[in-house]
Amino acid sequence: MTWLNEKERRIAGFAAIAFGVVALLPLVDQGYYLSISVNIVMYVVLCTAWTLFSGPTHYISLATAAFFGIGTYTVALGIDTVPFPLLLVIAALASGLLACVVGIATLRLSGIYFVIFTLGLAELVRQVVTWLQTNFSSSLGLYVFTDFGEQHIYWMLLGLAAIVYITGWLINRSRLGFAMQIIGNDETVAKHVGIDTARAKVILFIISGAFIGIVGAILAPRFSYVQPPSAFNPMISFQVVIMALLGGTKRIWGPLLGVIPFTILFDQVTAYFPNHTSFVIGIAFMAIVYLLPQGVLGRLEDLVRLRKRFRMVSAEEGNNP
Amino acid sequence: MSVIISGLLLGGTYALIAVGLTMQYGVSRIMNLANGENLVFACFVAFWLFTTFAINPILGIVLIVPLAFVLNWLIYTYAMRPLVDRAKNRGQLEVDSILATFGLLFILQGIMKLTFGGGYFNYNFLAVPVTIMGSNYGLNRIVAFIAAAVIAGALYLFLNHTRYGTAIRAVAVDPVSAGLVAIDVPRASAFAFALGGALTAASGALLSTFYTFNADMGIIFTMKALIIVIMGGVGDVRGAVLAALLLGLAETAVATFIDPGLTIAATYALFMLVLLFRPQGIFGKRPS
Amino acid sequence: MSAAILSLDHATKAFGGLIAVNDLSFSLQDGELLGLIGPNGSGKTTVLNLISGALKPTSGSISLGGTEIAGQPAHKIARLGIARTFQLVRILPSLTAEQNVVAGGVFGHVRSWGVEAHDRARLLLERVGLSGRGDSPTSSMTYIDQKRLELARALAANPKVLLLDEWLAGLNPSELKIGIDLIRELRNDGISIIMVEHVMDAIRSLCDRCVVMSSGLKIADGDVHGVLADPEVIRAYLGDDHA
Repeated sequence: MTWLNEKERRIAGFAAIAFGVVALLPLVDQGYYLSISVNIVMYVVLCTAWTLFSGPTHYISLATAAFFGIGTYTVALGIDTVPFPLLLVIAALASGLLACVVGIATLRLSGIYFVIFTLGLAELVRQVVTWLQTNFSSSLGLYVFTDFGEQHIYWMLLGLAAIVYITGWLINRSRLGFAMQIIGNDETVAKHVGIDTARAKVILFIISGAFIGIVGAILAPRFSYVQPPSAFNPMISFQVVIMALLGGTKRIWGPLLGVIPFTILFDQVTAYFPNHTSFVIGIAFMAIVYLLPQGVLGRLEDLVRLRKRFRMVSAEEGNNP
Repeated sequence: MSVIISGLLLGGTYALIAVGLTMQYGVSRIMNLANGENLVFACFVAFWLFTTFAINPILGIVLIVPLAFVLNWLIYTYAMRPLVDRAKNRGQLEVDSILATFGLLFILQGIMKLTFGGGYFNYNFLAVPVTIMGSNYGLNRIVAFIAAAVIAGALYLFLNHTRYGTAIRAVAVDPVSAGLVAIDVPRASAFAFALGGALTAASGALLSTFYTFNADMGIIFTMKALIIVIMGGVGDVRGAVLAALLLGLAETAVATFIDPGLTIAATYALFMLVLLFRPQGIFGKRPS
Repeated sequence: MSAAILSLDHATKAFGGLIAVNDLSFSLQDGELLGLIGPNGSGKTTVLNLISGALKPTSGSISLGGTEIAGQPAHKIARLGIARTFQLVRILPSLTAEQNVVAGGVFGHVRSWGVEAHDRARLLLERVGLSGRGDSPTSSMTYIDQKRLELARALAANPKVLLLDEWLAGLNPSELKIGIDLIRELRNDGISIIMVEHVMDAIRSLCDRCVVMSSGLKIADGDVHGVLADPEVIRAYLGDDHA
């Protein structure tokens, strides 16, 4: 078996060029466009990492804010003493560990337990962190002073995005990816062909959580002053669910289709109608359920299928006039 | 001792919220994550009735409950029923209903924020101290507890001693078989959903008499109610009441002895124990 | 006589007050095709569920070639070499036919992956009569083809013991003949098989031995023709009047 086939090589080449072009943005603009692009790339990584786990399992994870906050806190606590790259590793390990604990407690059971548990996870971690800070340290907030500018955060996020995409692609080719596909189809069959379903789910949840933790760590310098409520902002969890599902979770690039429009829309709404953000989130959820159950991706695939059928029909008609 | 009594008083209101949710999830099979917003909405209505028309919140319940019943009936019929009809299996319905009720959650929250703003609200109703065994408790808390007990008792009688109550319990056990014995399952599901919403609204009205509330806090109550439902065993009214009292006790104990900022942590610690040792609920049978 | 590859020793399964399998003991010899029969509700499928690990026995022991498997999770039992089909056919709908078969072999007791797994899958598809259908979507398959596919998936694991849960049910007479021939071939290849079945013709023409259950109890065990003539077996199926 060759490592990459013709089609895959073409996709890889195209993706590399696209990444290269996108990486040039800070040379053109350092203001608004860079700032919103940081948001977009951040959500691309978050949503793609979320989809690694929630796409095949259909488990709706609301743990994003908890992993993200742990990443941010790791940097805030260690920035003065530990080199930044090492902090990224620690952030990944810490959020991976939390994912492991949550996964072991809930993923043996049905999906509903998992949703409920993750729903309050960010709030739980926030309370514990606040309590630790008030009892064992002098102040509630932590300063994060670094030499990083917006463009450095942007490049780090882009690099991470590339790693997430490659990881996702490798998982899809692996036994683990195939196991997840079977679990997504029929968990009973999965067990009876020898898949340790709980273990597979926990492993994937750890990978997904670790990436989200790294995003939180990369974003920490942007906050400059880190406090529990800003680091563990539950809205991040909901926005990630919306954007990922809006795009579509059947393919690894699906979330991209949701992230770009929604981030821009949400940015505009926050700027001009700050009291209406709840409505946007609410309506987006409704739209996903009632209008786009397979996301934008699903609609696109329907269109492609229709066109194919149309071509086949017209080809047949051409043959038999 | 005072921790135990305060804990039980708080648990009584939790019980009513959780019983409402367990009707919706256990019978109608809808995981309603907007349940907490339903509760907060009732808090606001009770507040508005009391401050604008000087209507006593206990009487306010008489107005709020039918209103919530109708509202929830409409939500079930127009928003949830289509999801039930299109779902191929229970897992899909769960995901769909979770997402749809998230939508509802944020829309209701948006409405409340626009109408009442983001501030904290409370009002003075029966804020008179009552002395029980040497400690003082607000009369409003005691009245709320008694009212919750009366409502829960009435529900218990309805479910166990009336024809329609039996039909609803049958749907909870097995909707397909219930349909075979000529129970109108869609109607019973809508009824249970509406009834669950009405119970939650009633507990909201009671809660507003002694609790400071704001438009954002619904989700915390949803979470607690969900955890209570899981702890008690889905669809099990008795279990939900016991779990609610336990949770009220645990929270009050943690708030008193460790830190009031750790109530969620207390809830989660209990939840974790249940998930690890009795995922089928306190009274539940081991799944086979 | 060859050794027992699988044996149940006083296996019991209770659902609350209902005892679905009551103190059941029997064994499957290596290379044997054993029929497990009995009226509806007598506990046959529950027995398969106990063996494959879908359910945990309340008490008793089940051993596979000397290894105790009672109460082990299903995936461990599958990896030890027990494969099964389901009473209501279970296909993985979003995968192609070939991938469905590959799924059976990747995680099982003989693990294959990559090109080798796909080659094997094509051979198995051919064997069950689905040659050249590897790329077809499973949703468009007929019932018997789905059953064939499920059998190929079970065979992909190269099982020591194969459990067939009413694999012949719902087939029309000509399909039934094909199905019976297929199972016979498997037995001739030396796979040990337990088949739960209601189609008596199939039991008569295929099985070496059969075990009869009624209300969770074993009421007969032995040579097929002898067992089917047993008055107690006839009573269990048809009621007292016919005994």
